[in-house]
Amino acid sequence: MKIIVTVKQVPDTNEVKLDRRTGTLIREGVPSIINPEDKNAIEAAMQLKESMEVTVIALSMGPPQADNALREALAMGVDEAILLSDRAFAGADTWSTAATLGMAIKKIGDYDLILAGRQAIDGDTAQVGPQLAEYLGIPQVTYVREFAIKGNSVRAKRAVEDGYEELEAPLPALLTITKDANKARYPSAGGIITAYRAQEVTLWGHQDIGADPESIGLKGSPTQVKRSFTPPPKEPGEKFQLPPAAAAKEIVARLKSKNII
Amino acid sequence: MDFSFPKEYELLRRMIREFAQNEVAPIAEEIDRDERVPWETIKKAAKLGLMGVPFPQEYGGAGAGEIGYCILMEEINKVCGSTATVIGAHTGIGAMAIYLDGTEEQKKKYLTPLARGEKIAAFALTEPNAGSDAASIQTRAIRDGDYFLLNGSKLWITNGDIADILTVMAVTDPALGARGGVTAFIVEKDFPGFIVGTVEEKMGIRGSSTAELFFEDCRVPKENVLGQFGAGFLTFMRTLDIGRLSLGAGCLGASDASLEMSMDFAKNRYQFGAPIAHKQAIQWMIADMATEIEALRSLVYRTAWMVDTGQINREFSTLAAICKLYGSEVLGRCVDKAVQIHGGMGYMKKYPIERMYRDARITRIFEGTNEVQRDVIARNLFRKIGLRIR
Repeated sequence: MKIIVTVKQVPDTNEVKLDRRTGTLIREGVPSIINPEDKNAIEAAMQLKESMEVTVIALSMGPPQADNALREALAMGVDEAILLSDRAFAGADTWSTAATLGMAIKKIGDYDLILAGRQAIDGDTAQVGPQLAEYLGIPQVTYVREFAIKGNSVRAKRAVEDGYEELEAPLPALLTITKDANKARYPSAGGIITAYRAQEVTLWGHQDIGADPESIGLKGSPTQVKRSFTPPPKEPGEKFQLPPAAAAKEIVARLKSKNII
Repeated sequence: MDFSFPKEYELLRRMIREFAQNEVAPIAEEIDRDERVPWETIKKAAKLGLMGVPFPQEYGGAGAGEIGYCILMEEINKVCGSTATVIGAHTGIGAMAIYLDGTEEQKKKYLTPLARGEKIAAFALTEPNAGSDAASIQTRAIRDGDYFLLNGSKLWITNGDIADILTVMAVTDPALGARGGVTAFIVEKDFPGFIVGTVEEKMGIRGSSTAELFFEDCRVPKENVLGQFGAGFLTFMRTLDIGRLSLGAGCLGASDASLEMSMDFAKNRYQFGAPIAHKQAIQWMIADMATEIEALRSLVYRTAWMVDTGQINREFSTLAAICKLYGSEVLGRCVDKAVQIHGGMGYMKKYPIERMYRDARITRIFEGTNEVQRDVIARNLFRKIGLRIR
């Protein structure tokens, strides 16, 4: 069985601090990490590997330094890593990213399952996984918190607002994995050393996947960013400096007048 | 010259930091209070290869060298001196002696399970009458056919009661003294005549155990002689040199943590209407801590780089002693300032700084007191200009 896990390198938003004076993000010295839910996707693949013959390939699109995210995936136990890095891929929106990943996956070929993180912590779109499944014309189950392979199909529990749905899809299929699915393992110390000193990350550019540079990256993106801005900070709330009983009465009256209660 | 860490060390540090935060820090207070060795942490650490970080992968290690091991000691000591001491006595001196001087068979048989963390190691040198004066140990080993019979006692042996495999120094020829008359042995805890005595109650590093050991006609097979017969002094000197370096790395981590906690406290503690960080008295303490910590950081990693590039020579020995001496004294000053900055909070058990203050005190004493380090440094320096210090 061949599993492809898609991986994105993102800035560690837990480490991003706000400059109180300018209201902008302090990006200096912020480490890059594997997107957390992509780690859950890797973990899910690793757990399958413990019970069946599985080859796991980690696939990422990004700048050259995304190599580090793939080395970490290797250190967690994936068998192979492929990095799609080319100036022609730059500026891609979610559709263009999905198409580029899709071309690479067609080149890899012969896959049974694609696992993706539910969404990335930098963009929060949750679109690339579903778009990739559409591009490849395969079934998809999103928001998966549990799944099992049964013969030539996958049975997955999908989180919905008030519970979960249980779906079955024929393979090959794509699942997007949520953080509740598992607790991702740490890369091992030996795995880290081996990943950097003895393993390879395969580098593919647009020619390797047969992509037309005019239809990928920024040029192939239907979404164009017109402007980005920092939303104004939330106004401070109103303080009621009254005796507790009077304050409670006042607050209830206000909530009622706004039809909140 | 390149002072940046290669990428594998950046990832190794991040992994260990997460491990320390998630698995070590949450029980640090409890294992100190209950004087309990954190077996659950040791098991998790073993799974991640953290019990054999410096050793080659062919012997079950992580292959991360001394730089990797210093990163481990630095990061674990940021959150728990006890856990770091258990790992340090196991990896940094117990298993290290076998790695440095073991035969191929000894490495396969003993180092491999130790590096994998399946077994625990200890290093037994100190005796009731041989502390700083390590050359005057009295534990005797007498040949008896294919065995040696060990008799005597060891004191204050970290991991002594929990170790499966111990590196033990014993006198094989009293006439020859330390140089030529001391031999290192690999002792398994199940060898007949190996007895664990009192487990000490300590001021700090209370989650690590420190035991007294007895050898009563303890039968050790002759193939368990470690290194050359009669050259045990060299084995323990070389082992302790490397141990002193990593002890400096541990002091770096604890110092750094005390600085970070002090800054955080100074930013959030309001007195006279403003954070105390605005007081020059606090700022100067912070600046002095940071200055010494940065000097220590450069010293530690430069010395670790010497090990990983094969420069284990007299200059290394001097630098390793400097790492231990300077590291432990920087730590002493840092935790003292940290308590002062924290004020009353720093004296209370519910804040980790109180534990860190107690844990720090041993670093000026164990693995060669700081007085012994000064002796080593001065002796090595004078030797360079042709004077042998008696």
